[in-house]
Amino acid sequence: MTPVPSRRILLTGLSTYWGGRLAQSLERDPAVEAIIGVDRTPPKVALDRTEFVQVADSHSHIRRIVEAAEIDTVVDTRLVVDSIVTTPHRAHENNVVGTTGVLAACDDPDSPVRKVVFKSSAHYYGCEQDDPAFFTEPMTRRHPARTSIERDIVEAESAVGEFAERKPGVTVTRLRFANGLGPDLRTSWSRLFGLPAVPAILGFDPRMQFIHEDDIVGCLEHAVRHEVPGVYNCAADGVLALSEIAGLLGKPFAPLLPPVGTGLAAGLAKRVGIRLPPEVLRQMRFGRGLDNRRLKAAGYRYRYTTRETILRLAEHQRVEPILRGAQSQSYRYERELEEFLRYSPSVRPSARLEAGAEPHNTGPREAGSAPALDDLEAHEIIALLPSLDPHGLRVLHEHETANRARPEVIAAIERLHPWEDSP
Amino acid sequence: MSEATPAAGHPEAARRPAPRDTPNDDDLRALLPAIEPERTLDDWGRSERVDGLFDRTVSDFLYRLWFRCEVAGVEHVPAHGGALVVSNHAGALPPDAAMIAKAIKEEHSRGRPLHITVEHFFKGYPGFSMLLPKIGCVPAHPANVHRLLADEQELVLVFPEGRKGSEKLYKDRYRLRRFGRGGFVEAAMRAGAPIVPVAVVGAEEAAPIFAHLPALKRLTGLIYFPITPTFPHFGLLGMVGFLPAKFHIRFLPPVHTDRWADRSDEPWQDKALVQTVADEIRDTIQEHVLDMVARRTSVWL
Repeated sequence: MTPVPSRRILLTGLSTYWGGRLAQSLERDPAVEAIIGVDRTPPKVALDRTEFVQVADSHSHIRRIVEAAEIDTVVDTRLVVDSIVTTPHRAHENNVVGTTGVLAACDDPDSPVRKVVFKSSAHYYGCEQDDPAFFTEPMTRRHPARTSIERDIVEAESAVGEFAERKPGVTVTRLRFANGLGPDLRTSWSRLFGLPAVPAILGFDPRMQFIHEDDIVGCLEHAVRHEVPGVYNCAADGVLALSEIAGLLGKPFAPLLPPVGTGLAAGLAKRVGIRLPPEVLRQMRFGRGLDNRRLKAAGYRYRYTTRETILRLAEHQRVEPILRGAQSQSYRYERELEEFLRYSPSVRPSARLEAGAEPHNTGPREAGSAPALDDLEAHEIIALLPSLDPHGLRVLHEHETANRARPEVIAAIERLHPWEDSP
Repeated sequence: MSEATPAAGHPEAARRPAPRDTPNDDDLRALLPAIEPERTLDDWGRSERVDGLFDRTVSDFLYRLWFRCEVAGVEHVPAHGGALVVSNHAGALPPDAAMIAKAIKEEHSRGRPLHITVEHFFKGYPGFSMLLPKIGCVPAHPANVHRLLADEQELVLVFPEGRKGSEKLYKDRYRLRRFGRGGFVEAAMRAGAPIVPVAVVGAEEAAPIFAHLPALKRLTGLIYFPITPTFPHFGLLGMVGFLPAKFHIRFLPPVHTDRWADRSDEPWQDKALVQTVADEIRDTIQEHVLDMVARRTSVWL
């Protein structure tokens, strides 16, 4: 398989944090012709040339976009992995039904899609007492999924895996991300680390691994830019104990949750506004580590270690109370404005193009007639000539003189040409 | 070390297309996370501070004064590369693991740290879960052992008897239990690491078990609830109330697992071979344990 760079990219889940960030960094690459993002809700970040289509992840809509725009790469960043942001039912709709829909849209035998990048989660492995200290990619979970989110992720992953087996011509990359952390990312864990003390279960000090938000985008981008088929764990170097993380954040380590009846205590904590979803509670007990070496072997270099990720978060936490009021003018998507900026002839090209990229998404490369003609043998062209009208003959004559200028072809056209007899 | 036996030379491997997403072991070893000097914990959760403190106080006291360990053959522990240390196991709260680790640290020319594999039960038990990783214990999982042996080139201690060894009653002392299904041999072969058998005498008398209380075991959620000379009537402290038996630790010549590498590419798939090697190692340790018991004149001195 010859690696052809991705040029026409469809991002599902453009309005998720990762979809938006990935679109922003892909926009900077002039080799990328078109970026089209779909989601149910408008994007939350400012985008220069990414086109947004507000559709659900239903298979028929996406298939029409894929075929109309000749999409060669689909990046699926829709997966919901944090159970506090949605209900189990919605999560299932999005994670399982949505994923099968996106895959079905790329499943046509003559589909233009050559690459599918799927953002998955380390929740795939679950979190159990008899887990290995470092999960490697071929490992599967020994116990059935415990929560609906985990079940969804396992189902979605197996759908992607089946798709990869069925379509050997398509590069399918599955990226299993550890818990993400960063200034802009709001997850269960970042909320817990924002509390005045880091909560823990009495008698447990789990091993935790995170990935910086920039590295999440970096991993996705790496998968788009390079041929990396298969499954990859994405997690920063270094597995830290929870108490170590509390130390780095400069906060007390507070083992306040009882080891027995933890679920009950989590229910009480919810009353006072501390959300401890079941996945977080399992990790607080047993921790989880991933072996990230396969992605490193595939050429990706992580920018931050887990320790550095925590230190960045600590820096952000110190600045955040000062900046909180100042960040009022956050981005809001205005369809009319975005469309005006992209398509109005009145907009100056210099206003459209920033960072040297092409002004906006360009159409599919024309399957030009000109190169095809040059590839034909002389006798084949001569055989074609009677079927052409005078105008076609004239164009062909000009083309042949300008390009290969084969005397027998020119002679044959001139023998037929009616336009020189007419004057 | 048998790292020089990649599957590349095998006719099977030549015929099928190279798996495109499985880089070889040597490449992966180079990609292990770098050590961050600012950290005091390693990725397994071992804490320099806690481990050092434990080593200087409890371990040192038990090793020198309480058990007065006598060590022989420590030179059989390789100075470089991964090796699997395999020992017999005994005692209600087994002191043998800490003593073997201390013996290597004290007597060996390179004083290498030893990773002690413990049942994953401890990972789920409050308190143990927090403390054990800090002093260098890792849950006994084949993937953990392989990473330590093959990738990180470390020393790993396993007790193939597992809890069958530590829960056996005093009347069964020094009779080694079954060595599992030979999982430790498989792990060593896979990693190409030598196996260093160790015979320990003294742990049986240091924390003998006279009976078990199944009802209290269920109540506390422990793996067993023993009656020892000091437990449970002296409370939790009685758990570490070891009797001052004299310890003898004998390291035996290593078994090189790359010896079987020429038989096939993956000798660990040969269950009969694995079981035979495991039984041989068990018999060797049993033999040396009986020899050491026969030679000692007193349990205490």
